[in-house]
Amino acid sequence: MGNLNYRVVLFFFAFVFGVVFSIPSLTQSDEGKKITLGLDLQGGLHMLLSVKTEMALESKVKSIGTSLKYNLDNDDIVYDALKIDGDKVVFELLDEDDVKSIDEMLAENFAENKIVKKGMLYELSLTEELAKKTEQDAIEQAVETIRNRLNMFGLAEPTVAKQGAERILVEVPGIKTQEDEDRIKALIAKAAHLQMMAVDEDRANRVYSMSDEEAKSYGDVILPDVENKETKYLLYSVPILDGSMLTDAKVGYEEKSNRPMVTFSLNGQGAKIFGDFTEKSVGKRMAVVLDGEVYTAPNIVQRIGGGNVQITGAFTPQEANDISIALRSGALLAPVQVESQRSIGPSLGADNIKASLIALIIGFLAVIIFMVLYYGVAGLISNVALVANLFLILAVMSMFEATLTLPGMAGIVLTVGMAVDANVIINERIRELLHSGSSLTKSIEQGYNNAFTAIWDANITTLIAAVVLFAYGTGPIKGFSLTISIGILASMLTAILGTHGIYQLLLPKINKKKLGFWFGIRQEVKQKGAK
Amino acid sequence: MEIFKYKQAIDFMSNAKKFGIFSIILIVTALTLLFTKGLNYGIDFAGGTIIQVQYEGVAPIDKVREVVSKDPKYAGATITKFGSDSEIVIRTKQASKSVKGGAKVEVQKLLASTGTFEIRRVDLVGPSVGEELKTKGIMAMVLSIIGILIYLSFRFEWRFAVASVAALVHDVTIAMGMLALFQVDINLPILAAILTILGYSLNDTVIVFDRIREGIRTIKSPSMADVINQSVTRTLSRTTLTSLTTFFVVLTLFLFGGEIIHGFSFTLLVGVVVGTYSSIFVASPILMWLNFSVVDFREKEAAAAKRQKERDKQRAQFEQGTI
Repeated sequence: MGNLNYRVVLFFFAFVFGVVFSIPSLTQSDEGKKITLGLDLQGGLHMLLSVKTEMALESKVKSIGTSLKYNLDNDDIVYDALKIDGDKVVFELLDEDDVKSIDEMLAENFAENKIVKKGMLYELSLTEELAKKTEQDAIEQAVETIRNRLNMFGLAEPTVAKQGAERILVEVPGIKTQEDEDRIKALIAKAAHLQMMAVDEDRANRVYSMSDEEAKSYGDVILPDVENKETKYLLYSVPILDGSMLTDAKVGYEEKSNRPMVTFSLNGQGAKIFGDFTEKSVGKRMAVVLDGEVYTAPNIVQRIGGGNVQITGAFTPQEANDISIALRSGALLAPVQVESQRSIGPSLGADNIKASLIALIIGFLAVIIFMVLYYGVAGLISNVALVANLFLILAVMSMFEATLTLPGMAGIVLTVGMAVDANVIINERIRELLHSGSSLTKSIEQGYNNAFTAIWDANITTLIAAVVLFAYGTGPIKGFSLTISIGILASMLTAILGTHGIYQLLLPKINKKKLGFWFGIRQEVKQKGAK
Repeated sequence: MEIFKYKQAIDFMSNAKKFGIFSIILIVTALTLLFTKGLNYGIDFAGGTIIQVQYEGVAPIDKVREVVSKDPKYAGATITKFGSDSEIVIRTKQASKSVKGGAKVEVQKLLASTGTFEIRRVDLVGPSVGEELKTKGIMAMVLSIIGILIYLSFRFEWRFAVASVAALVHDVTIAMGMLALFQVDINLPILAAILTILGYSLNDTVIVFDRIREGIRTIKSPSMADVINQSVTRTLSRTTLTSLTTFFVVLTLFLFGGEIIHGFSFTLLVGVVVGTYSSIFVASPILMWLNFSVVDFREKEAAAAKRQKERDKQRAQFEQGTI
C-alpha cells in the first residue's frame, strides 16, 4: 500500500481513539472515564449560596467581648460599662493605676485587634485584616461543613465548591423525590448550633408572663420547645457548654417506646464540665438546645459522667439521622443564603435528553443524506469524517470527564454544521478545478491548498470567540463553548487532514470517466490524461 | 448533483447602495425596537423565580392565575403556557434567599386545589448574581470582538478587519432587534446564541474575504468591484449550501429541540439568515467603500515579495559563502 500516507494513519488512529474512548460514555458502563450528564439532562439541584459573613463578624466581636470580660475579671481590674457597640467592644477604666497592667494585658492577649484609647475609654474592634480573615474562614468552613453533610447524606456525587471569592456552589444530581430535595435543603441550612443550658429555676414559674427584655435583664433567655411551640423555658443565657466539645453523634432508639433519638458524646473537657455541672445541680433541670429550640429539659437526678447525652423529640428516623449528620459535621459559623437555584425534576431531564437527541439525529441524518446526494462519493468521504468528528468530541469530553449540558448538545449540533462547511468548501474547490480542466491529482491537491486558508482563518476566529466564552462564561455557557472548542479542533483533524488522506488513498481507484459518481459533477469534464 | 454553475460573475456591487440602504433601515428598525420595546431580560440577568409546572391533562391556567393572584407574595407574577397544553410557567420578580422551603414548597401548597401536577423545574436567581452575569456577558462579547479584530488585521489588512466587524455589529444588532420584537426571554443560552452568531457571521465573512484576498492576486481587473463580484460569485455555491445546511440543522433544533432551547434556536435562525446576507451585501461593499485599492495592494505585495526574494537570495549567497 504505497498510498498509506501519514494523513490516513493519523485519521485512522483518531477514529479508533474516538470510538474506544467514547464507549464508556455511550454505554454508561461503570468502568472508564465518561461524560456526566448535566443537571438539566438528569435532574437535580443546583444552588449558589452566599454566607452571611456579617453574622460571623458579629459573633467574632461577641467572643472578643467574652474573653475580654474573662481577662479583666481574672486580673482584678476595675472597669465599667463593658458592652458591644456595633462592631466595637467598649469599656471604661475606673482606676488610673490599672492603665499599665491593662495595656500589658491587651498587648499580650488582644494584639491582633484594633485598640483605640480615649483617655480611660477603651475601644476594641477587628482590624481590616482580621475581619477579612474571619469572613474567609466563615466561607471556607461553610464549604467544608456542607460538603461533609452532603457526603454523609449518601446521595450520588454531590459537588460543593467555592466559586469566586464569596460564593459556594452546591450541585446534587439525581434527586428523585421532593422529600429528598427538602431534606437536602434542610441539611444545608441547618446551623446545628448545639448548647446545654441550665434552667433558671428561681424565676421559671414566671416564664409565661415575662417579656424578652425582662429575661435579658436577669441574664436569661426564653426559648420555645421544639414540639410544642407554646411551651417555653427560661434559661441562663450563658451556656454550660456547646457543640464544639462534641466528638460524635449517632441515631439510636429508646428501649421502651422504640422512638428514634440522637445520642452524642462529649470530649474529655466537655465530659468534665458536664459532670461537674450535673453534680452541682441535682434536682434542677438542664435543657438541650439545638438552633434555638429546646429538645429536652430533664431533671438532673444525679451526677452524669462519661459525657454521653441523648436527645429525643418527635422526630422521624430520617430527621434523627439528618440531625446527627449535622451535629457530626459541626455548626455553621454563619448562616447561608441562596443567591441562585435551579431545581430540575428527573422527568424534565429525560424529556430534555429526548428532545435534543431527536433534533441531533434528524439534523445529522439530513446533512448526511444531503452530502451524498450532492457530492456523491466525495460526500460519503465527508460523512466518514463527520462521524469520526462526533466520536472524537465524545472521546475528548469523556477523557476530561466533562459535563454534557443542553447548550453543550446545541454546541455539538453547531460543530457538525461547521465540519460540514469545511468539506463543502473543499469539495467546491475541487469541483472548480476539475471544471477548469485540471488533472484529478492536481485538482485534489490544489483544492485542499486553496480551501485551507479559508477554513483555517474561519475556524480560528470562531475558536477565539469560544475560548473567551469559556473564560468568562458560567455553567451552561461553559459547556457550550467547551464542546465548540473541542469540535473545531477535532474537525480540523477529521474534515481537513482525514478526508485529504482518504482521497490520496483512493486516488488510483477513482475512475476519471465517472466524475459524476465520485464528485457529483453534473457534466463529465474532459480530463487531461483520461483514457 | 450540481446546482450552482456561473459562467459569468454576478454584479453584486452595482446594487451595493440599495442593499446598504436596506441594511440601514433594518438596523434603525432594530435600534428603535431595542430602545422602545427593549429587551425582555429573563431571570438569569434580571433576577427572579421561574416555576415550571406540569399537570395531568390540560393545565387549568385561569384557575392557577386566580389562586396565585390572591397570594401577596406572588404579586405581579405572570403565568403562561409552556410548550404543550399541560405545562405552565409561573414567573415572579422575587427571589427567596432562604435555603429551606422556598418557592417549590410554597407553590406546591398554593396550587394544591387546582389539580394533580408535578413541579418540574424551579429556577431562581438573586439580583446580585444577575448583575454579575450581565457584566460578564458584555465583557465576553467585547473581548472576543477585540481578539477577532486583532487576528483579522494580522491575517488580512485593517480594512478587512473593520469591514468584518461592521458586518458583525450589523448582524448582532438585527438579531437583538428581533429578540426585542418577539420579547424573547434573554437568558444565558441566548447570550450563547448571540456569541454563536458572532462566530458564524465572522466565519462566513472570513470565507468570502479569503476569496477576495485570493482574487486580488489572481484576477486581472484593477477595479475592486470586479474583484469582489467575481470572488463572491465563486463562493456563492458554498455560501448557499452551508447556510442552507446550517439553517436546516438549526431549524430541527427549533422544531424538535424542546421549549427550553426555543429562544436559543430562534436567535440562531435569525443569525444564520442575516449572517449570510451580511457577508455578501454588507461586508464586501464596505471593503469597497473603504477605498481599498487593488493596485496599491498588489504593489505592496510585489514589493514585499521582492524584499523576500532579495532576502532569500542574500541568505543563499551567505550560506554558499559567496559573501
